[in-house]
Amino acid sequence: MPQIAQLAETWSSQVFWLLVFFGITFFVIGKGMVPKVMDTVAQRDGQIAADLAAAKAARDAADEQEEAWRVKENENRAAAQAIVAKAKDEAAAKSEKKLKAAQARIDKKLADAEAQIEEARSAALAEVEAVAADAAQDIVKTLAGVKVTKPVATKAVKEQMAHG
Amino acid sequence: MAAEQAKVDPMYQFTIEPLAGSGGWELAGYNIAFTNSAMWMLITTVVLFLFVLGGMKRELVPGRWQMTVETFTGFIDNMLEANIGKAGRKYVPYVFSLFMFILFANILGLLPLGVIGLHPFTFTSHFTVTGVLAIISFAIVLIVGFWRHGLHFFSLFVPHGTPLPMVPVIAPIEFISFMVRPFSLGLRLFVAMMAGHVLLEVLSSFVIDGTNAGAGFGLLVGLPSFLLMIGICALELLVAGIQAYVFALLTSLYINDAENLH
Repeated sequence: MPQIAQLAETWSSQVFWLLVFFGITFFVIGKGMVPKVMDTVAQRDGQIAADLAAAKAARDAADEQEEAWRVKENENRAAAQAIVAKAKDEAAAKSEKKLKAAQARIDKKLADAEAQIEEARSAALAEVEAVAADAAQDIVKTLAGVKVTKPVATKAVKEQMAHG
Repeated sequence: MAAEQAKVDPMYQFTIEPLAGSGGWELAGYNIAFTNSAMWMLITTVVLFLFVLGGMKRELVPGRWQMTVETFTGFIDNMLEANIGKAGRKYVPYVFSLFMFILFANILGLLPLGVIGLHPFTFTSHFTVTGVLAIISFAIVLIVGFWRHGLHFFSLFVPHGTPLPMVPVIAPIEFISFMVRPFSLGLRLFVAMMAGHVLLEVLSSFVIDGTNAGAGFGLLVGLPSFLLMIGICALELLVAGIQAYVFALLTSLYINDAENLH
């Protein structure tokens, strides 16, 4: 077993070179490089955590803005509906007014026309009476040979016409 | 038997040889020859350096290599945090170095470089090496323990809730188990690595000798041995990782004792 057989002649060299190379490993790699590597890892972890936090904050802000927008939108909608309702009411009132005016005009025209018709009718009736009185005078004169004065004839005709 | 005896010495792979005439190098009277073992420590250090260097691009979105390195540092970081707590983070450089140094040494020692004429050497199969690493870990435990808790650190040997009459019995047992730690730590790694390499070498000698002894022996002994070797190579890769992990895990558990007593 060379480990024991060569112990006396090699132990000092083994220990010396191990201390040299393990020392280099420890001081250069362990002390010098490993902290930097771990630093990078820590930086990355920090970066990831920060990014996640930023993303969360952005999402929260977006939610907030959306909520605000929703509220505003609802307000706008309500305002628009109010305007529409108001316009509708106004339009309805206006058209009602117009309709009323038109109705009044029509009623007036109707009344005028009726009056005219009434006038024409009474005129026509008077005419008819006069004609009937004349006719009655003539008929009586012819049939009975009685001379009936005009006012009597007219009165008789009026009576007859009143009786229907 | 074939004419030339195929001599496979399963222990030869552990032989330490000075390289390029450095056998006479001395420092303060001690021999510090640059051996094949030192060479593989150098290779391990360089490979590990390049590996971690590839993870130093510091990109926000890591590539595969950076991801791998970060996985390893994160693994050690998690292990220390789970075992020690927040205070464990300051030991990441040491435990990471320890874990990766042992892991790379184990795996580099398993590489089939013999095919291209190089001889891989697993320096973690030498207790001089694993022992020093264990002593460093143990020294850190002692220094941290006495630094943080002073003489109160000795209360480590009296577990919570020990009845007073039992203390004289329990304390020496705890003390012995504490003092055994560096030995178990170092020997475990050394034995596991050495056993695996010896096993592979012995099986390879079966393959070579069996095949040299003729087709019949080759089929009867060589082929099953070869198949077994393939399986054991996979197992050895697992052991290489597990032993590095165990070493780092136990070190972190021992440091936990020093940091938090019980």
